[in-house]
Amino acid sequence: MTSALLYAFAGVALCGIGLFGFLRLQHLLRKLMAFNLIGSGVFLIMVGLAQRNGQPDPVPQALVLTGIVVAIAATALAVVLIRRYYHLSGQTTLAEPARENARPKARAVNREGAPE
Amino acid sequence: MRRFFGVTVLAAVCLAFAGALMITVWHISGTQAPVDLPGLLAENLEASGVEHPITAVLLNFRSYDTLLEIGVLVIAGIAGISMAKTTSLEDPLLRTSDSLLYALQRWFVPLMLVLAGYLLWAGSDRPGGAFQAGAVLAASGVMMRLGGIPMEFLRPGVLLRLGLALGFSVFLLVAVASAMAGDAFLAYPEAFNKPLILVIETVLTFSIAMVLLALFVSAPVNGAEEPEEGERG
Amino acid sequence: MTLWLMAGLLFTPLAWAVLTLLLDFSKGRVVTWLGILVQVLVSLGLWAAVASDGGFLYLLGGWQAPLGIELRVDGLAVTFVLLTALVAAACGWHASIYLDPGKPWHRYFWPLFWFLWAGLNAVWLGGDLFNLYVGLELISLAAVGLVALGGQADALRAAIRYLMAALLGSLAYLLGVALIYGQFGTLSLAGVTELMNSGDVQSGLTFPLILMLLGLALKTALFPMHGWLPPAHGIAKSPVSALLSALVVKASFYIAARLWLDLGGDLGGYALAQLIGVLGSLAVIWGSWLAFRQAKLKQVVAYSSVAQIGYLFLLFPLTWGVTDAISQQAQQGITLQVVSHALAKAAMFLAAGNLIMSVGSNRVDALAGVSRFLPFSLFSFGLAGVSLMGLPPTGGFAAKWLLLQASLASGQWWWLGVLLAGGLLSAAYVFRVYRASFIEATDTDQFYHPSRSLEVIPMILALMSLGLGLVAEPVLSVMSLPFEGGSR
Repeated sequence: MTSALLYAFAGVALCGIGLFGFLRLQHLLRKLMAFNLIGSGVFLIMVGLAQRNGQPDPVPQALVLTGIVVAIAATALAVVLIRRYYHLSGQTTLAEPARENARPKARAVNREGAPE
Repeated sequence: MRRFFGVTVLAAVCLAFAGALMITVWHISGTQAPVDLPGLLAENLEASGVEHPITAVLLNFRSYDTLLEIGVLVIAGIAGISMAKTTSLEDPLLRTSDSLLYALQRWFVPLMLVLAGYLLWAGSDRPGGAFQAGAVLAASGVMMRLGGIPMEFLRPGVLLRLGLALGFSVFLLVAVASAMAGDAFLAYPEAFNKPLILVIETVLTFSIAMVLLALFVSAPVNGAEEPEEGERG
Repeated sequence: MTLWLMAGLLFTPLAWAVLTLLLDFSKGRVVTWLGILVQVLVSLGLWAAVASDGGFLYLLGGWQAPLGIELRVDGLAVTFVLLTALVAAACGWHASIYLDPGKPWHRYFWPLFWFLWAGLNAVWLGGDLFNLYVGLELISLAAVGLVALGGQADALRAAIRYLMAALLGSLAYLLGVALIYGQFGTLSLAGVTELMNSGDVQSGLTFPLILMLLGLALKTALFPMHGWLPPAHGIAKSPVSALLSALVVKASFYIAARLWLDLGGDLGGYALAQLIGVLGSLAVIWGSWLAFRQAKLKQVVAYSSVAQIGYLFLLFPLTWGVTDAISQQAQQGITLQVVSHALAKAAMFLAAGNLIMSVGSNRVDALAGVSRFLPFSLFSFGLAGVSLMGLPPTGGFAAKWLLLQASLASGQWWWLGVLLAGGLLSAAYVFRVYRASFIEATDTDQFYHPSRSLEVIPMILALMSLGLGLVAEPVLSVMSLPFEGGSR
């Protein structure tokens, strides 16, 4: 049991907590943070597990850097989408607004963006 | 009651997942990886043109990953600015007037710019590199933005798009040029390894900062323009 | 020659993404046409090269795996590259006429379109587990951006839901990759397979494989994780829906299939294979039933995708623990199903877009009377439907015939019921659309007539899907070319 392995196990815990949060929470920003928690857990496992013998392994470190950039891109995009969604609908969750089901006809027209 | 039941089941599922993961990690940690990738990397580090192994992996051995990764960042930037409906960057709503912020800004912005430059330079032989430098640069941009400095280039216009695309296009051009020269896609010519990697790192830093900043700027929506729903054009 | 083809294949979509980012919609359209031409020619050239000389490994940056990233250019990969070129070309052409150049945000359609294409090519050719992850993310983010384009509240809700599902799926996959790297010390799929077969490593663990398959199944919208697909595919603009249904969901399936075929034999098990098969069958039945019940035309087509994706997962039980001949047959059946569904579903979504454009509403019952005004698009819709039902001589029929033979030969007769029921149910939802459009009692005779080219494109795709059954032999012979593994 090396210290690197300790990181891997911390990563396992983060993954578990993050998954619970991701599935349980309804608020989109919290969901997004839970996603980032799982992401950090995965990165910890990736680096920790590969360096279990105490020798540094630059490959997973580089992979994690790439992974972080991808996660940042996804998170930033999600924040922009959530922010705009909140602005338009006033909602912070994905629940369908009730009015949609009540009068589907009026809203359904021209969703496709017919030739204007 | 039902709600409680749901949470319990979910918690049980997550615990089972964490448990299985734990056992797997434990099991793997008892084995020895059959491929010695770090060793292989150390042998070939000389040929890569940079002294730092992580930078070598990112920009030489696995440069295709990095190229696509910057692509992902540019996509996020594009999708972000396609949402941007800010009327004016000088909108008073977006300006924070805080004397502490101003004071901080005066000290921190120049410092952060220097730090970004250092991180970029350090990337070749110790921890640092394009992404770290880009993130610091973007953070200083965010601070300037909060302080109300307009930064015209962040309007969704041609300058912004040029900035988004710059790092990616330079990287791509190097890749194509190397393919034209007869080597494989992304194989840098041996003699130019170091300068090429440095050039790529510099433009990447700039573009990464631009993307992150553009996403920050396009996030606030201040009722500038209603969507086209219901509008028949 | 192949080096030029490879450079062209990898470089064109990325370069065109940058070019079109700098241009507005109308100029981007012209540039895109040129790019589509280049891309189709390059894909055809590569396909022909592999068909005549066999597959090869392409070393990126000149570094061999495990240090570098290798692309595996084999018969199956070039078949999908060519399929992508055809379908994306059709969708791009359709979009260039269909989308309104007046909307400022449509200029961002082209760069996202090209990035999506680049990601797809990266996934078809990828031989490196982590590189496949980056490719998947490239595809997901570009697809989400395309769904959200325009930014209405409903589109955003669908896009966010799609993004959340895609991100969770990618992370599960990445976690699997992390564990595999920890165990084997390499990221090359071929390398891991070789280590496993050589017996140097004590048998690997199943958990990483399950994680990766679970994540990829979520991204492929396998029942019961399909909830995100219909809103996203239903609300996007029709050319986008066509791209998403025809190609994007196939990318994650393709990775899952390659993992299963390479590692599943050792790491998988009978129960796992059967479970995935059962979920696929449920998707076929449940997806078709929901497609039949939908009020909106594009939701019908989107749920039909859920059903058709279900068939793909029959690959898992039909290739586990069977002889090589049966496994080969099942793989060919699934490949044909992927190709024919991609062509048919793209045709269907594009035709549905034309119909919706014509009647100005996206509801099935609004189609009344459209048969007289837009018979051509309706006919394309029907032809594509015939392929989905699996009637001869379509590609869908050839695919289901192969799957049927594989099921019988492996003694897994229970999949027959799924194949038959799925065909009947898809007939039901296609005829429902037809019935609605042939109703004459309507007071509307104001129909907008879309341009001729918009109508021609789905027709070409539908005819290709129809003709696939007739040319299945040459397509399959390239797909199953033996792979020698020489590098170029």
